[in-house]
Amino acid sequence: MSLILDHVNYIYDEDTAMAHAALIDVNLQIPDGQFIGLIGHTGSGKSTLIQHLNGLETPTSGSVYFNGKDISDPDFNKKELRSKVGLVFQYPEHQLFETDCFKDVCFGPKNLGLPQKEVELRAYEALKMVGFDDEYFYQSPFELSGGQKRRVAIAGVIAMKPDVLILDEPTAGLDPKGREDILGLIKRLHDEMGITVILVSHSMDDVADYVERIIVMNKGRVAFDDIPVNVFAHYKELEEIGLAAPQVTYVMQELAKAGFPVDAKATTMEQAKNEILKAFGRC
Amino acid sequence: MLRDITLGQYYRTDSVIHRLDPRVKLVATFVFIMSLFLVKNFWGYLIAGVFLAVCIKLSNVPPKFIFRGMKTIFFLLLLTMVFNLFLTPGKELVSFWKFTITYEGLKMASMMAVRLVFLITGSSIMTLTTTPNNLTDGMESVLGPLKKLHVPVHEISMMMSIALRFIPILLEETDKIMKAQMARGADFENGSLINRAKSLVPLLVPLFISAFRRAMDLAMAMEARCYRGGDGRTKMKPLIYKKRDRIAYGVLYSYLLVAIVVGRILFR
Ligand SMILES: Nc1ncnc2c1ncn2[C@@H]1O[C@H](COP(=O)(O)OP(=O)(O)OP(=O)(O)O)[C@@H](O)[C@H]1O
Ligand SMILES: [Mg+2]
Repeated sequence: MSLILDHVNYIYDEDTAMAHAALIDVNLQIPDGQFIGLIGHTGSGKSTLIQHLNGLETPTSGSVYFNGKDISDPDFNKKELRSKVGLVFQYPEHQLFETDCFKDVCFGPKNLGLPQKEVELRAYEALKMVGFDDEYFYQSPFELSGGQKRRVAIAGVIAMKPDVLILDEPTAGLDPKGREDILGLIKRLHDEMGITVILVSHSMDDVADYVERIIVMNKGRVAFDDIPVNVFAHYKELEEIGLAAPQVTYVMQELAKAGFPVDAKATTMEQAKNEILKAFGRC
Repeated sequence: MLRDITLGQYYRTDSVIHRLDPRVKLVATFVFIMSLFLVKNFWGYLIAGVFLAVCIKLSNVPPKFIFRGMKTIFFLLLLTMVFNLFLTPGKELVSFWKFTITYEGLKMASMMAVRLVFLITGSSIMTLTTTPNNLTDGMESVLGPLKKLHVPVHEISMMMSIALRFIPILLEETDKIMKAQMARGADFENGSLINRAKSLVPLLVPLFISAFRRAMDLAMAMEARCYRGGDGRTKMKPLIYKKRDRIAYGVLYSYLLVAIVVGRILFR
């Protein structure tokens, strides 16, 4: 189930004065089961990139391969691709339309042509998985809070049982608790279902604790693509492109500079805590 | 697909036409449309076509962009042509089975097609080269005299400008929701007519909700800034005619004169 992007370029409004290159020579390989963070400043092309991964956009030049097949091919089955690569859009709650939450989650599996029983089972499982209370199942999605709506929308994609799950800023506009809940939920999905997850975000702090690989976008190009430690080592360059390493990195760098015997490479709060305790000889 | 709809969109660039006073452009569009219904022969339409072509050239808007909007009215165009072609009585040209094409029908059909295409192109040049704000100001000023008859001119033009302003936003929103539903396996392109109509529900419901939400937000924002209609409202940039606007009026009326003389009087 691998996805490969080969020299992908994408230009919005080609042939007009507003022509704008949103992706420039993007080369990526996304193997099975990885948990990937896709980070970039506003307008760096993250949303455009992920729409290429499930065929909603096709490259202006270059190719995207799904299991070795070119998705730009006229007889490529895009519907199947979209059922395998689930995409949760930015502010997904704006796509809800049904009279109750349960029906809305059924929409995806129903479009896959599954029997009614299976559709309902999947919807139920998905809603349970995102931690949605039974009592709200048959309420109108428009009467829920923002965080609850977000959960329903995510469940709507999970119910299709994709092999790759892409989430575009799933935590935008949520409070810290809601953010943690959603991120924890995504982590659990990755661990329990063994699916590939691509998490789009502005903030390194959001993803540092969870992902095993970070892709940094800058003005339509891939700036870095590596494991978190190596990416954060470039924290100076990250600042130049309007991003920042997690706060932990800064603390550890400062401590190391001040002469404490700590490993400045710690990226998560947990690692940092252990390093600091070790430095003070407390463990 | 949706990006093909250029109706009411503004094309940001710099040109003589962009800099003209919006009142000139409004009057010019009106005069041009009038001229299309006044001329009656080929030469008249040729002149209208040349006038239009010169305006497009001057406007710096790529012709491709203007004609992309034409795709959306293609069906309407086809329908008008077919009806005119077969249903106009007159001298028979060809006939097969139950249909006859007459000489008059052919003439009528081509005339209607040319008129429609010119009409749409002419009005899109106006909207493509004028920002909604300017357009409203122009509209309000041109319709100003009607205020004496208690026509709510300010409100009408404000509504129009808001509507125009929202066309691209709603299109973008439609595009986004469509993509989000396609990601959930929705299919807007295939299937029977009934299925396709049904498939619009997941698109239209969120779209309406978002349109209402935007309308509410806008109303709130306007109220928060003490908007209370047109009375006593002054303008930051009042419209003032410049030399180029006078020249433009000159060109416009010469065009009208030539088009009428050639299109109605010289050749009958
Ligand atoms: N529908 C569109 N038409 C024209 N240009 C677009 C469109 N969508 C995006 N762009 C442009 O493409 C570039 C990349 O946009 P994209 O939405 O991929 O950015 P992003 O990284 O997702 O940003 P954000 O973090 O704000 O969501 C931007 O410069 C944007 O202006
Ligand atoms: Mg985005």
